[in-house]
Amino acid sequence: MALDKNQIAQRIAQELEHNTYVNLGIGIPTLVANYIPKGIDIEFQSENGVLGMGPFPFEGEEDPDMINAGKQTITTMPGAALFDSATSFAMIRGQHVQLTVLGAMEVSENGDIANWKIPGKMVKGMGGAMDLVASADNIIVAMMHTNRAGESKILKQCTLPITGVNCIKKVVTNLAVLEVTKEGFKLLERAPSVSVEEIIAATQAKLVIEGNIPEMQL
Amino acid sequence: MINKVVNNIEEALQGIESNMTFMVGGFGLSGIPENCIAALSKKEIFELTCVSNNAGVDAFGLGLLLQRKQIKKMISSYVGENAEFERQMLSGELEVDLIPQGSLAERCRAGGAGIPAFFTPAGYGTEVAEGKEVREYNGKPHILESALTADFAFVKAWKGDTAGNLIYKGTARNFNPLMAMAGNITVAEVEELVPAGKLDPNQIHTPGIFVQRVFQGEKYEKRIEQRTVRKRE
Repeated sequence: MALDKNQIAQRIAQELEHNTYVNLGIGIPTLVANYIPKGIDIEFQSENGVLGMGPFPFEGEEDPDMINAGKQTITTMPGAALFDSATSFAMIRGQHVQLTVLGAMEVSENGDIANWKIPGKMVKGMGGAMDLVASADNIIVAMMHTNRAGESKILKQCTLPITGVNCIKKVVTNLAVLEVTKEGFKLLERAPSVSVEEIIAATQAKLVIEGNIPEMQL
Repeated sequence: MINKVVNNIEEALQGIESNMTFMVGGFGLSGIPENCIAALSKKEIFELTCVSNNAGVDAFGLGLLLQRKQIKKMISSYVGENAEFERQMLSGELEVDLIPQGSLAERCRAGGAGIPAFFTPAGYGTEVAEGKEVREYNGKPHILESALTADFAFVKAWKGDTAGNLIYKGTARNFNPLMAMAGNITVAEVEELVPAGKLDPNQIHTPGIFVQRVFQGEKYEKRIEQRTVRKRE
């Protein structure tokens, strides 16, 4: 069965490493914070200027001066720090933030990502996405494998304006876990009960398939 | 002490004219100079170029200036929350320069710090890089981005003193300290204005040297864009 958005987040949470700083994008990536494995300490960075972001506030405790990059009201954890936007992107550009998780409209087999613009339709801006993908050491993409029309979003080449070149490392979709390699997308895992054939059918890019592909463990 | 206090908002805005470039601090609606924006939206000034991370919402923040078509060009990183903005942009009435957020922040900082340009990896290989010099450092391509300055910078702080020193609160800091540095005339509106000497010098975020005018805002609405909460257990 294909994963839902929460299960995609749950699978990505398995990639989190102890004592690291992580930036989560808007949408499915935000849900990753709900599934941090036991014994793993993570500090979440939000690019509008907070390190050590905590959960949403209790009702009545919302503070207009305390939001995340999605403009949602948040809280801070003990040990949090606040800073200006230039310092925030110094953390990102300077590779002090170890992992970036973000959504995408399209990814391609050489590691390109497109997630900021649909010409003539959606022109809202890139926000911090271009800075994040240009600099992060490790970038994991959280996305659905196909669009609403059923077309693959895992492509040989992006068709939409790109956000960054040759930058993403891994893609977790509702169907599969893929790793970007020189040979193409290497199929690492498949969603429970989803067959390799189904994944091939939903993928336009070149897939590298070696041996038996294990099911994701959630 | 050099006294930076102005008596009212009219004095604070004195000298701003049509065709000028101005910066506005804030991220979303958090930390925006509400009082200055509201006063600007009542002035007969047009053809403005505005540098701001976002463009407000339809009837608040910079949305007020957009409604009156006072802005001819926006320099921003994300403008998704404003229908009138989108309409003006798609119809070609409004010129829009979209810039990666980190580059926008650094371009303001550089403008205030006397650094005319810098190389950054952000945007390489994308349409943002079109027409920009590319140089490789440590095996990685970077693009040349230029500094931004403005005739006026409008910033908002939590506390300020009569010498123009500023302290921000929470994530309302964001672009404010950077734009304060980049303004030819920087106008700071604060929630609480205190006499010089009342703020701890160790805690100052923006030293008063970057601020030309300071005043206490009449009122603060401080709207929340996305109210997200969790249930008490």
